Amino acid sequence: MDKSPNWRETFVTAIVKTCGYSAVVFVILIFFFLLRQGLPALLEVKLGDLFTTRWYPIENHFGILPLLTGSLVVTVGAMLIAIPFGIGTAVFLAEIAPRWMREILKPLVELLGGIPSVVLGFLGILLLSPFLRVFLNLPTGLTALAGALLLGAIAIPTTVSIAEDALDSVPQGYREGALALGATKWQTIWRVTLPAARSGVLTALMLGVGRTIGETMAVMMVTGNAPVMAIKLTSILSPVRTMTATIAAEMGEVANGSSHYHVLFLIGLILFLISLAVNITASSVIFKSRKRAERVLS
Amino acid sequence: MKAVPLILLVSLLICSACGGSPGQTTPSARTSAYIQNKGSDTIVNLALAWAERYQTEHPDISISVTGGGSGTGIAALINGTVDIANASRAITADEIKQAKANGVNPVQVVISRDAIAVVVNPQNPVRRLTLQQISDIYSGKINNWTGVGGDDRPIVRLSRETNSGTHVYFLQTVIRLGDPKNTTLFSTDTLLLPSSEGIINEVRQNPNAIGYDGLGYIPPDLMNSVIAVAVDAGGAYVIPSITTVNNNSYPVSRDLYMYTNGQPTGAIKDYINWILSPEAQKIVADLGFVPIK
Repeated sequence: MDKSPNWRETFVTAIVKTCGYSAVVFVILIFFFLLRQGLPALLEVKLGDLFTTRWYPIENHFGILPLLTGSLVVTVGAMLIAIPFGIGTAVFLAEIAPRWMREILKPLVELLGGIPSVVLGFLGILLLSPFLRVFLNLPTGLTALAGALLLGAIAIPTTVSIAEDALDSVPQGYREGALALGATKWQTIWRVTLPAARSGVLTALMLGVGRTIGETMAVMMVTGNAPVMAIKLTSILSPVRTMTATIAAEMGEVANGSSHYHVLFLIGLILFLISLAVNITASSVIFKSRKRAERVLS
Repeated sequence: MKAVPLILLVSLLICSACGGSPGQTTPSARTSAYIQNKGSDTIVNLALAWAERYQTEHPDISISVTGGGSGTGIAALINGTVDIANASRAITADEIKQAKANGVNPVQVVISRDAIAVVVNPQNPVRRLTLQQISDIYSGKINNWTGVGGDDRPIVRLSRETNSGTHVYFLQTVIRLGDPKNTTLFSTDTLLLPSSEGIINEVRQNPNAIGYDGLGYIPPDLMNSVIAVAVDAGGAYVIPSITTVNNNSYPVSRDLYMYTNGQPTGAIKDYINWILSPEAQKIVADLGFVPIK
């Protein structure tokens, strides 16, 4: 072996390694920046004050509980919509639709994912919220439900893409075996294919959750931004204020270094940690080593 | 070579981008300046109209106007990133302290006056309210329109975000009735919408809604459902207009300000002097605000 390929090898390996490590380094640097700007909030504002129920920062009421519950309600609502529709669409595309229909539908679903969220928010204000107000007889249509519907629409393309790929990669042998044993098509899908694609489908759901928790523009326009404690079951029908909308609406006006500034960064830190937790759960599911039975069968 | 046409195309595009707007004279003896103007969303349309007129008359001056709320503008002045901050509320003592700490000395100029109009849906029969009633509605004490003589409907309160000078002014003058010791706050279920357009849109199509905004932002189709406000139950109910603001009979009117770092000099001084001139104040009236006398 002559020397030249070795030199090229090391060079390319070095570049690829730098790119890979830099991704991790950027995330760590962002984390430390958030820590540095957000932790002073814990010193400037008493912990008890941070966990009260009134968010009114211009008069030093820094209770972040309404924001946490607001984000939670909207995310849970969005996932309740995205999970059945997302998995249903993925199953339809992968298992039931004929090949030609799949070629048309899959790009269309991904097109839905390409619509800017601010456009969806605009449609939400003009069309969805008046409709909800009249249809459900609510005081106003600017509610967590409107936000959840829009976020579900935004999360569905991500979920469908990944779940459909996961279902597609289940070996054909599984389906043939089930059919040979006398199972109907639906029994095959529900009891054999879906459980086999379990890890991919769970990843798809986790990524949908991650996308939903971080969505800003659409929720800022349709949820009404009212900092209420969204803890009752009927809270989905009331206006809420999410953490992301709070940061977007207020970051412009804060003076550098004030308590309000630090509290906003603390909220950003909480969002970062939630996304991190969701992603770690998702990757622990993908990278779990396959059971011996799955290895033997495929 | 295939690269030559591509290089030609790219260089052509770059040259055309450098060409600049037609009618621009080369800056020779005149001093060209760039003024940055940021802040109140109430003032932003007015500031844009002023900037456009001033730039046609003085082509060597460029003015950039952005919104973001009074709080944003003042914060930018404190951080030193803007020349003129627009504010629809006075700078607070806290902000003055922060400014001094950053070496900034805010100087205030009153550039116009404005009325805050309280507006309801055209279907709503309520057309007159006292300041106390509006305060009770917005603080959550009254939750149904029957409490002020209307239909049996829940009240949906609309407001601007907390970074808006209009929001702060409304809190101090209407909800707290001008009393600095009052600590009443907006009710927690007040919808805080990010723009005036959002408020107008919701008031227009929701019969339960009540909202407030600068008089210049009320569109013609909602002008009939502007609330006449009385200081107290025995007093006269007054509709906001240029006349009633100037003779001080409408209780919810305010001054609009521009803040600079120190006394304005050079191009900024010329611009602000022009703003206070009759020509610029006519633009104020055209846009629905109240010219300073």
